[in-house]
Amino acid sequence: MIQTFFNIEIIAAAWPIVLSGLLNTILLSLIVVPLGLFGGLLLALGASIRHPLVRWPLMAWVDFFRAFPPLVLLILLFAGLPFAGLELGGFACVAIAFFLNTGAYYGEIFRAGIDSVPAGQVEAGRSTGLSRLQAMTYIVLPQAVRNVLPDLLSNTLEVVKLTSLGSVVAVPELLYQARQAQSLTYNPTPIVVAAIIYFLMLWPLVRLLSRLENRALAGRR
Amino acid sequence: MTQQPIVDARAIHKHFGALHVLKGVDLKVAERELVFVIGPSGSGKSTLLRCLNRLEEPSSGSIVVDGIDMLDARTDINHARQRIGMVFQSFNLYPHMTALGNVTLALRKVAGKSRVEADRLGQAALERVGLADRAGHTPGQLSGGQQQRVAIARSIALEPRVMLFDEPTSALDPELVGSVLEVMRSLRESGMTMIVVSHEMGFARNAADRVVFMDDGLIVEQGPPAAIFENPTHERTRAFIGQIQRH
Repeated sequence: MIQTFFNIEIIAAAWPIVLSGLLNTILLSLIVVPLGLFGGLLLALGASIRHPLVRWPLMAWVDFFRAFPPLVLLILLFAGLPFAGLELGGFACVAIAFFLNTGAYYGEIFRAGIDSVPAGQVEAGRSTGLSRLQAMTYIVLPQAVRNVLPDLLSNTLEVVKLTSLGSVVAVPELLYQARQAQSLTYNPTPIVVAAIIYFLMLWPLVRLLSRLENRALAGRR
Repeated sequence: MTQQPIVDARAIHKHFGALHVLKGVDLKVAERELVFVIGPSGSGKSTLLRCLNRLEEPSSGSIVVDGIDMLDARTDINHARQRIGMVFQSFNLYPHMTALGNVTLALRKVAGKSRVEADRLGQAALERVGLADRAGHTPGQLSGGQQQRVAIARSIALEPRVMLFDEPTSALDPELVGSVLEVMRSLRESGMTMIVVSHEMGFARNAADRVVFMDDGLIVEQGPPAAIFENPTHERTRAFIGQIQRH
């Protein structure tokens, strides 16, 4: 049993491959999380302009990319774009797909946060001469982010997990590298190692999330 | 009133959809004058106040404050608003900042003061409302009365020409009202022009120069406090005064 699923020799042999996968997963996360946060913030700021000509297209955009399965989106970009004369490679396709997909999710979270700040806050700021953008930057966003911090973190957890989709388009991230090692060694141990690494990497975030959620609950009482 | 009024609002109309909230209001306020606006809820008094600094966009009419045409598209509204302080019923302090942070935000970002200069002016403003020792407290650590006084400091730090008060004591426990009225009284003594929407009749009686009674989107009558409170000419004013004095 241990020989099959947790073979020390195979771990030693596969370790460099799995480690390079881990580094790529971290790198990918460091790219797609800020990208998604940035896209989401732009969407939420756009939606805070109440004008229907701005609001409706943004809502349609968000709805579309939330309904579109990210895996389908990724494969479509990877397999489709070359026909449009665009060879982007797996890494760039993952970045774009995540920007579109997780940006929409982050956008909804930011929007809920912005909506949670009472209108009187902006009015107070505007009455002292702050511009709309200044009131948003200094008054609304700090409160909005604090109010939705657990949701932002929860979504970030999902995003990090979703980076494993990169394996489908041959991005050498953790899962892809583990599968490479598995097929080279004819042994599932590298996959088990990858699973353990995912867990060890995300578990502290999950703990932090629980604490934030408990604190938010206590704050509401 | 022979001098140029500092606030000159004419024929202000405001519609909220089908609702006609202001039906042609004229209001002139002289420099250093304290005008009290009273009236039943829904009479449009808060909306009128919010039109004066364009937190609400009037549907029609003209508003000139301190020589600035507030409704002209070429007017830099953010610049104009520095001259018009506003105090809200619900204080609207920024909960994520200290008292001093609340007071200095616009000093730094709008008036362009350095942090050191803004802190100095902010501290002086807090001093004027008697809260110099609370500069480092967040709104959550202050009582309602203290919060409202910080909100007043936030406005006066910008040295406005006019101050608008929108029911400044309505959200306060009775024992905290006095401290806020005290600050308003000292502001008045310093010569601040003030327009106050409030039901603090005692304060109106001994501090206001003029009381304006509004009902159903119109100014029904106005005059010195004694005249309005003791001798209202209109039936609606009489009914309203009678009602609030019973409480």
